[in-house]
Amino acid sequence: MAKTLLEMKNITKTFPGVKALDNVNLLVEEGEIHALVGENGAGKSTLMNVLSGIYPYGTYEGDIIYDGELCKFTKIKDSEEKGIVIIHQELALIPYMTIGENMFLGNERGKKAKIDWTETYGQADKHLQTVGLKESSRTLIKDIGVGKQQLVEIAKALAKNAKLLILDEPTASLNETDSKALLDLLLKFKQEGMTCIIISHKLNEVAYVADKITVIRDGSTIETMVKGKDEINEDRIIRGMVGREIADRFPKRPDVKIGEVNLEVKNWTVHHPLYTERKVVDDVSINVRKGEVVGISGLMGAGRTELAMSIFGKSYGTNISGKLVINGKEVQLKAVRDAIDHKLAYVTEDRKGNGLILSNPIKINTTLANLNAISSHRVIDKDKEYAVAVEYKEKLKTKCPTVEQNVGNLSGGNQQKVLLAKWMFADPDILILDEPTRGIDVGAKYEIYCIINQLVAAGKSVIMISSELPEVLGMSDRIYVMNEGKIVGEVSREEATQEKIMSYILRSSKGE
Amino acid sequence: MNKETIMEFVKKYTMIIVLLLVTGFFAWKTGGKILLPQNINNLIAQNAYVFVLATGMLLCILTGGNIDLSVGSIVCFVGAVGATLMENKGVNVWVSILVMLLVGLAIGAWQGFWIAFVHVPPFITTLAGMLVFRGLSNVVLDGMTISIKNETFINLFGGGADCYIPDLFGNATINLTCLLAGMLAVVIFIFVQLKGYMNKKSKGYETGSFSALIAKTIVLSVVILWFSYSLAKYKGIPTALVWVLVIVLIYGYITSMTTTGRYFYAVGGNEKATKLSGINTNNVYFLAYANMGLLSALAGMLTIARMTSAQPTYGQNYEMDAIGSCFIGGASAYGGTGTVPGVIVGAVLMGVINLGMSIMGVDANYQKVVKGLVLLAAVIFDVVSKKKSE
Repeated sequence: MAKTLLEMKNITKTFPGVKALDNVNLLVEEGEIHALVGENGAGKSTLMNVLSGIYPYGTYEGDIIYDGELCKFTKIKDSEEKGIVIIHQELALIPYMTIGENMFLGNERGKKAKIDWTETYGQADKHLQTVGLKESSRTLIKDIGVGKQQLVEIAKALAKNAKLLILDEPTASLNETDSKALLDLLLKFKQEGMTCIIISHKLNEVAYVADKITVIRDGSTIETMVKGKDEINEDRIIRGMVGREIADRFPKRPDVKIGEVNLEVKNWTVHHPLYTERKVVDDVSINVRKGEVVGISGLMGAGRTELAMSIFGKSYGTNISGKLVINGKEVQLKAVRDAIDHKLAYVTEDRKGNGLILSNPIKINTTLANLNAISSHRVIDKDKEYAVAVEYKEKLKTKCPTVEQNVGNLSGGNQQKVLLAKWMFADPDILILDEPTRGIDVGAKYEIYCIINQLVAAGKSVIMISSELPEVLGMSDRIYVMNEGKIVGEVSREEATQEKIMSYILRSSKGE
Repeated sequence: MNKETIMEFVKKYTMIIVLLLVTGFFAWKTGGKILLPQNINNLIAQNAYVFVLATGMLLCILTGGNIDLSVGSIVCFVGAVGATLMENKGVNVWVSILVMLLVGLAIGAWQGFWIAFVHVPPFITTLAGMLVFRGLSNVVLDGMTISIKNETFINLFGGGADCYIPDLFGNATINLTCLLAGMLAVVIFIFVQLKGYMNKKSKGYETGSFSALIAKTIVLSVVILWFSYSLAKYKGIPTALVWVLVIVLIYGYITSMTTTGRYFYAVGGNEKATKLSGINTNNVYFLAYANMGLLSALAGMLTIARMTSAQPTYGQNYEMDAIGSCFIGGASAYGGTGTVPGVIVGAVLMGVINLGMSIMGVDANYQKVVKGLVLLAAVIFDVVSKKKSE
């Protein structure tokens, strides 16, 4: 048996209100490729952040034993010195610097007062050869493709003398050929004695490279499968990833009569705002009826938010094509204002960044999208504004001392309620809720579900985007499954199961 | 009163407390000279342009800590254009005033266009404006001074020796008009406060504590009365004060009571969220800078009237006075917070420090050092208190 390189024992990490990791154990042997799989938010990235010192020693419980000694990393530099290098899903390269400069950023060759450029580029070229890149290290990052950028990240890790390489979704933005090349590179490194931890959603890739697969769900390790010993197949992995009961976590919806089609999106295609040749949403056609909750399921980066925002007055993307039909009439929504005027609302997934003004009180946030309703001739009736804010505070049971309270001081769940209040006050017929329960506790989630039920009971249409499968299953009348910009499946409430949705996603990822 | 309410009170009225302390300090150091009617009059007349510019600058800063560096040059350029028209070309004074306002607005719109619709950083755009309009002022004036003799213009914008609202009663010891105006202001103020309170009560909305309202009303009324009494004992209401009051009231109303005003705060608070709420954020930027041009034109008129001349060097560092007043008056360097009354308190504080040190005979260079440190302290206070509240 090979030597144990890394052991993470009983790791527990809590964020305010959420237990992200609960007694996680992970054992990695030297020279193996170890895959971590699990749903979004299962805790994979959190675990890796604990390991690399992004969450410093003391903010979590449990022990990290690396190469036989107990480690107490307080910053990334500490773990890198030991040869633990993490490559994040979001590439962290600076476009207007050369490959060589990027590779040694923060790790510069030469003396403090004088960078040795010959050494820098010489070493960079050497590492580039190892990863099979033919580019000169003096090329600017912006001039090479995403696949090659990923290889530069790996070369950068090598330059740090990595012994344990952690890759977070390394193939997420790569095409088939680039992915294969990257995986083969990992296998080559393995022969040379490198140890890897790879986080991936693509089970075929995991099965191809990994010696061991550890499944994480809801912040706990479920099981570890060993290649050659256990039988590894997708069904088993999927069951491990999603296998949990949907108990009474969702309020029963009173019988709502589902009416006619309220919003119809036809052949909707959206291109990336910067890389204009990339299709982010590809020929999507969906519809939602009055009194219906339609779920859109999919992994992060599937294009769901982009779809919603592009519908909402073209607030995302370029080169948008396709038809929008609201209430039987084709409409053009050129700006957010048009969308609001057509009774559409988009409740963002990023409530702090895109939804609320944290430094302003609840009442100002509540009325921002519909100031006309509380003003005449552009003069705001502040008393009315106050009354509206109080009304919605009571309606949604927002917990706050007064509506004068700044939104930044509220808990996540209450912030989400203020955000919902803001859009309910705008009086829409169609609400697109993007991850409406992200990062809030179970009790608040239940209350949000109740609000959704009230909305559809009032004859409104709700499109709910969510990465949490149980939530989509528990709340939706109908579910679209989205992956890589396309709708890859549509299932009704009756036939929907977690396994079915997961397999839609995973099958389409393989390019079938 | 428990400790918490006192802390809250101090936090809410920090700058007013600081202003009182600083004024007290100078009153002590100058043997009460700073509180003489003449000095109070000077405080307003000398700083009228600061009040006007700071009000406009507040709107720019609200959009996200953006500043306008060009105001000093615009003040000078507009003054140069106006003086040339009135004195050299013999254009009618009212036409000249209109042209000056339009020139200011056009310059503001020009800069606003690049900032709002082409997204050129405001710092760069207005830095360019600062150079361009300083240069053009020199061109227009041909490097010379034009002295302004037009009586109507000078009287209207509060320059020359006779820059006061004429007294209707002609009492030699005290200016009754000024006193009466002060009393009228108090009556209107009390009426507005009470009406707002009754209005809330009758519609069944929550009202604040009545005693707090009374206390606030009494304190402010006393301040207004004392202020008008001081001015009355000197020469009456300075004409410039009327302009300042008009601007402050209009912009105070716009920022606090209208939807347009709300947009400024929203853009500075979270631009993306504002955009996704269906508000055209580009227009907000445009409005801020176009308006700054317009107010710079007014400040330009106040300046040349007061000096009764136009020179290519006028308006230098005016932008710094305006920016400083905003930050000292509690506008956030990140945008989104700040009020017109706050900015006025900031401008008064700067004025008091200037005046106090001048009376004390502090060297002008040291005055700059003190003003710089006060500005830094105010922004440090903003940044640190924001960090704490997170």
